[in-house]
Amino acid sequence: MKKAKVGWFSFTCCEDSTIVFTELMNTHYDEWKKIIDIQAARILRKKENLKDLDISFVEGAIASERDAEKLREIRKNSKILVAVGACACEGMPSSQRNKFNESQRREIQAEVKRFNLLKETLPIKKFVKVDEYIEDCPMSEQDFLKTLDKCVKRVI
Amino acid sequence: MHTFDITLEGLSKMEGHAGLHVRVKDNKVEDVKLMIVENRRFFEQAVQGVDINSAPSIMSRICGTCSIAHEMCNIKSIEHALNITPSDQTLTLRNLAMYGLMIRDHALHLGFFSLPDVLGKDSILDFDEKNEKEHKLLHDIFDIKQAGNDLSTLVVGRAVHGLHLSVGGFSAFPNKEKIKEVIVKLKAVREKTLNLVEIFRSWKEKFETKTEFASLINDDFSFLNGSIIHAKNEEITEKNYLKHLHEVVIPYSTSKGYDFEGQVFMVGALSRINQNRKNLHKETRKDVKLDLFPSYNIFHNNLAQAIEIPHSIDSAIELLESSSFKQENPVKPEKNTGEGVGIVEAPRGLLYHYYKIKDGKVMKSKVVVPSSQNQIKMDKDIVLLVESMLPKKSKKEIEWEIEKLIRAYDPCMSCAAHFLKVKWI
Repeated sequence: MKKAKVGWFSFTCCEDSTIVFTELMNTHYDEWKKIIDIQAARILRKKENLKDLDISFVEGAIASERDAEKLREIRKNSKILVAVGACACEGMPSSQRNKFNESQRREIQAEVKRFNLLKETLPIKKFVKVDEYIEDCPMSEQDFLKTLDKCVKRVI
Repeated sequence: MHTFDITLEGLSKMEGHAGLHVRVKDNKVEDVKLMIVENRRFFEQAVQGVDINSAPSIMSRICGTCSIAHEMCNIKSIEHALNITPSDQTLTLRNLAMYGLMIRDHALHLGFFSLPDVLGKDSILDFDEKNEKEHKLLHDIFDIKQAGNDLSTLVVGRAVHGLHLSVGGFSAFPNKEKIKEVIVKLKAVREKTLNLVEIFRSWKEKFETKTEFASLINDDFSFLNGSIIHAKNEEITEKNYLKHLHEVVIPYSTSKGYDFEGQVFMVGALSRINQNRKNLHKETRKDVKLDLFPSYNIFHNNLAQAIEIPHSIDSAIELLESSSFKQENPVKPEKNTGEGVGIVEAPRGLLYHYYKIKDGKVMKSKVVVPSSQNQIKMDKDIVLLVESMLPKKSKKEIEWEIEKLIRAYDPCMSCAAHFLKVKWI
């Protein structure tokens, strides 16, 4: 039986949805291994295949051009791209610096420059087309399971 | 003669994003840079002006996997600042929350990150389900992790970004039926955790360097309270801990870290077990061999984490079986202005939060995470490790060994990247 080729990617965030994903494996692993093949997930393995993915789950906001480039590459190689968690969907809380006052901005100015960060930290939809959204911080387990099921049915 | 560069863009099987660059010239390590490539999120600024009751959920977002430790540390500091003394029931629930965190987080690190190294595989996904031993191990890890998750859910509402922790107390309380269910689940995985201890006890991997240790010491091996003991048997209070740490720039790396009064030191499970193992739960001490401690072998950090899992299970079962929980309101602060420090043992070691509060709002803060305290030792160890393998080992073998060593430290880059040096006036 054909399996959906899945990638899990993480950008600027606390990786809470990654942890929820690894926790869902406790009870869903046997079921998932019949329908999905995890080709890329840095939390799980070193080997990473970015080519021809069926479903990419993307966690975190985008804070640098380097990350934006990687996101575009993921989009180019994915049939379905899913934004996972509040930072990917809406930018917050990783984009909290966008709302800083003058004095807070002055405090972080040197770091923003040193690490070559974008002027603002932004949700992923500002850079690529997003097919599905799983909101909340961390992502809702039920929404993830529903979305996974829906996406797998679409590609296999 | 070996001359080469190793560049690992995205180190795998750890929390957060890190890269590594090593330059070797004529069999000598010229440069090592362990780079945190996680983008900054500026939590110390974001919490400025925030009401004390909203601060825990903001600081929880520093890190997903350590979230309960950050919430707990934030609450402890605020309570110290505003003279809040939590009830005995609150302290029991907080200890339970920390046990749930340790079980789940250590099982994630040991099972998903380090166990593949023990079996010489890239990933837990590569475990052969037709092989009885590997199949059992895989499912044992899931079951242990789930038991920690269930304990956290019982006490704080969920395993990540707990919902029920608050300044002065709790906002919801475990019910009797659920407590019984969780006790059954904890008991069901206890034997599996002892097997895990044995696996890491038998793992012959060794990398020893002399170092100093720092950890909380208390009479019940709690992750919540106690004095800090440094290897010189120096007892330090929470409030004074930061005075002993110095931020330093490492000469052969761009990374920054902390030393302890000029000495390289280490925090985390290995420090805790080295310094406080006599106070592990009595049931754990009956079933776990502690003969390899004290140890300077960094790979015994895995073994120490494995030992803390049955300790957390035994301690949690005892507390759950001997306590009944009633509805109670959080303790109100005696004042609304002050400053305070809180320290807890997060899974990866001593976690420090400081807050200055005025009229019930946070004015300034400082957070020192365990991975920053281990940074200097980790960097120095990478240099020693690479030099010990030259000229015999290939570049590929060296890469694999470095990653294995870093994983044994269990660094958390999500935590480390919250950090920004602020010049206070």
